[in-house]
Amino acid sequence: MNYEVSYKRLQEIIASLEEETISLDESLKLYEEGIRLYRHCNKLLESAQLKITRFSNDTLEEIEIDIEEV
Amino acid sequence: MKLKALSISEVNSYIKRILTNDPILYNLKVKGEVSNLKMHTSGHIYMSLKDNKSKINCVIFKNNVPKNLNLEEGLEVRASGYISLYEKDGSYQLYINSIDVEGIGNLHVEFAKLKQKLQNEGLFDEKYKKKIPSMPNNIGVITSLTGAALRDIINVIARRYPKVNIRIYPVLVQGDSSADDIVYAIDFLNKREFIDVIILARGGGSIEELWSFNEEKVARSIFKSQIPIISAVGHETDFTISDFVSDLRAPTPSAGAEISVPSYIDIRDRLDISKDRMNKIFENKVYTYKKDLDSTKKDIDITYKGIIKDKFICTDNCLKNIENAINKKLVLTRNELDYIGQNLNNLSPLSVMSRGYTLVEKDDKLVKNPKNLKLGDNINVLFEKVCVNCKIQNIKEVD
Repeated sequence: MNYEVSYKRLQEIIASLEEETISLDESLKLYEEGIRLYRHCNKLLESAQLKITRFSNDTLEEIEIDIEEV
Repeated sequence: MKLKALSISEVNSYIKRILTNDPILYNLKVKGEVSNLKMHTSGHIYMSLKDNKSKINCVIFKNNVPKNLNLEEGLEVRASGYISLYEKDGSYQLYINSIDVEGIGNLHVEFAKLKQKLQNEGLFDEKYKKKIPSMPNNIGVITSLTGAALRDIINVIARRYPKVNIRIYPVLVQGDSSADDIVYAIDFLNKREFIDVIILARGGGSIEELWSFNEEKVARSIFKSQIPIISAVGHETDFTISDFVSDLRAPTPSAGAEISVPSYIDIRDRLDISKDRMNKIFENKVYTYKKDLDSTKKDIDITYKGIIKDKFICTDNCLKNIENAINKKLVLTRNELDYIGQNLNNLSPLSVMSRGYTLVEKDDKLVKNPKNLKLGDNINVLFEKVCVNCKIQNIKEVD
């Protein structure tokens, strides 16, 4: 599940939790899901890295280049 | 022959007449380099046009100044006008009617024409503009490998959101083959579906240097692109056709990079704040439930204790009542017993005997019937405290 979808669901859960009418069981279930979503988003954010590649004009392959090089 | 002496005015007037009557000088086309450019506040422009050997002073009066005129020192220009004498100081000038910066005037016109044409076709319409994705994974960058644009873009993205894959497709950004290069690049990147957004970039330059971004084939290629394109060409004040047709215009390459990615710090903060908020809400909920539970427990305790206490009181009362009842009965019974005891006492033979009556025993048996007695019998007469042994001497009935 991508970040934006996960984050949106997390917001929905927070809104639901704020409702007075929700039962303790329901709260627990939602909270667990919320924590899972947070961990997932966290992982997505932390694992992504900056990569710079360049398509080679001749062979249409990708070549990695350093930030310093440019 | 002696020549008549003329006044200066007369000389100047004569020269002026000669100059303005000369057909060539009256309808001149010149080319030269701009120098000593002075834009007067009145709106008139004064300058010199020169070549490598000489120069001539010129003036362009306000109403002859073309609208988009962009004169600069050193620019090659073509101008048409007439030579005349400024009588006051005897200097001649070129009075310019129209002026064209070499080739440039052409380009401005072309630009305006193409812009109108494509606009009429609807290529610039809002409804065709695609949304730029908010969290891209792959960004295609079409620009020159040399030059500041690429460096700026990379720096901005590295600072703001070092979480993407920047995929550079190098092109020539000016010159004859530049437009074709760009068209090819856009097409190439479109074949790679994983690319989320394209930044088409080039640093600042003159209208000639930016010209490939004004070419029709580039415009159509941008329009056809399925992947959103951010046009980041030139400086803030430069507008190219690619700016109008693209999905989003950025004033500079750096701005283009800024628009293409979100701020990592913002995303990070929002995520953490959300987590904290959720934790807090959940904690509060649990706390509320717990408080409720504790309070209910207290209520039960109080009520329960109350009930027990009541029962104890009840029991105590019962016990007390029983005690009282028993005590009463005891007292009654004791009284009864005392009464009976008293009676018993009174009826007791010992009590009778204490009043002087006696019991008679014969052979250890109580004599109830005196008829059983004979003269000469041994009997015991029992007083209260004394026993008298007697022999019967006489028996007499008494009435």
